[in-house]
Amino acid sequence: MPVQYYIFLSIALFCIGVMGVLMRRNAIIIFMCIELMLNAVNLLLVAFSKMWADAGKVDAGSAQLFVFFIMVVAAAEVAVGLAIITMVYRNTHSVDINILNRLKN
Amino acid sequence: MNALISTALSGVVLMFVGLFARKQHIKFFAIAAIIIAFIANLAQYPSVELGGYTMYGMIEVTKFSIIFNAVAIGSTLLYFLLSGSEFEKVGEHVGDYFALVFFILAGISLAATFSNLLMLFLAIEIMSIPQYILAGSDKKNLKSNEAALKYFLMGCFSTGVLLMGITLIYGSAGTFEIASLGLGAENVSPLALCGTILIAFALAFKVSAVPFHFWTPDVYDGSPTVFTSFMATVVKAGGFIAFVRLFHIGFAGGEISSHWMLLLAVITALTLVLGNFTAVFQQSVKRMLAYSSIAQAGFMMFAVIAMNLAAAQGIVLYAAAYSIATIGIFAVLLRLKDYTFEGFNGLAKKEPVLAFAVTVFLFSLAGIPVTAGFFAKYFVLAAAIQQGHLLWLVILAVLCAAISVYYYFRVIIAMYFKQGEPQVEPVSGGFKAGLIFTVILVLALGLFPNLLLCWL
Repeated sequence: MPVQYYIFLSIALFCIGVMGVLMRRNAIIIFMCIELMLNAVNLLLVAFSKMWADAGKVDAGSAQLFVFFIMVVAAAEVAVGLAIITMVYRNTHSVDINILNRLKN
Repeated sequence: MNALISTALSGVVLMFVGLFARKQHIKFFAIAAIIIAFIANLAQYPSVELGGYTMYGMIEVTKFSIIFNAVAIGSTLLYFLLSGSEFEKVGEHVGDYFALVFFILAGISLAATFSNLLMLFLAIEIMSIPQYILAGSDKKNLKSNEAALKYFLMGCFSTGVLLMGITLIYGSAGTFEIASLGLGAENVSPLALCGTILIAFALAFKVSAVPFHFWTPDVYDGSPTVFTSFMATVVKAGGFIAFVRLFHIGFAGGEISSHWMLLLAVITALTLVLGNFTAVFQQSVKRMLAYSSIAQAGFMMFAVIAMNLAAAQGIVLYAAAYSIATIGIFAVLLRLKDYTFEGFNGLAKKEPVLAFAVTVFLFSLAGIPVTAGFFAKYFVLAAAIQQGHLLWLVILAVLCAAISVYYYFRVIIAMYFKQGEPQVEPVSGGFKAGLIFTVILVLALGLFPNLLLCWL
């Protein structure tokens, strides 16, 4: 399959993620959308890795290595992020991101 | 390289120290660890004096990175000395807070040495993730909660954008090594252009340049003040060093640099204007300093746009001048009960040493001669003039610096010319000595910037 298909699929996934972050109000769902963005990137990296391997690049595997690093960092972000969301939920009993603005005033 | 290893190890050690040592003693372990890191970093200087070396195509240690690390670690040492005792007031887990600061430093030293986009990504993340925790460390406080949540969601979002940018660059260049990207050689492919723009946006977000600054005031205002002081200074400088390295080494040359240069020039102009004008209208000094950090980021952006030696010198000097002065102001602010401008009324009568130190730091931030801030601004603006085509931006920057004098001097006027009874915690002689030492440092760098720059 030509690499263009993967590019379009990844860009579409990425844009869904971006729109979700910008439009949803629920912290958990925003977080899921961010994960979607990261996974779109992972998919694209693997596709590019294959593309460069076909083009005869010796170190094309480094892109797949990159994917593992993204996964590890995403896991670290989940650990911190869910802790933060839990902390907010304990204090406000809500995960709506607007509630903090309201409570502050 | 030594800086990276020593700071990362110190972080792990301090987490264990937090388990066993008394709360009040952890500070001393942290100070000892940071002094060791400082020495270990400088000990590597002779080996790279004639030329840097690369490790496995991932990390490149040069004179420049070692001097920048020295500035970052040195500023953190100053921060620990002046504000280290405030860590205990934030919460129970003092050892963890110090450990997180060390992890951030490890990220910064990686940001100063990366030679591969993978390491750039890791550096930015190692710098960011501990900051989310520090921002939310005051767990019961809603403002701190909001700061952490906002910073976390927006930070992860910008990470996603950064990764997309890196991936698109990889798609067009076929390598992650910044020295061999070769984007500017012939025609710029649309993939590379999109990637460059996305990376520029993500990094502009990390250094809080307008229009990606919207999180900054809330996060800096909501976080515990002692951590704001670190986030607004050393970490911001670390973000800039990543910015400068990537754009000067990776995206330099020919076609591509003309594209991003215009984009960054516009971002710089917006940052300068918006940061300075909004700072004028703030009522709280803490929030004013948050906006001032945006305005100062505008000046540091000049070092990214101008690609020459003066820019590299400028960013190191600016990082030092800005970090030292802002850490000093925050250290005094932490001792006050009231963070509004009125809270400073009459401080000069009650605590003349504190008031004098704050005056010198504010002079430095405003860029008044004899202080470090003057030469820092001079170098970055001179770099922009040498670069050419940017005279309009330089004129704008000078005008904005004039505006900044207004809101910095409001604090000085409040301290010296207004009557009032400021509520200050009693300060020890050691704290005053530390402040005086910081003042001397600011003046020394202002009179002899070559003390720092001769090493570059």
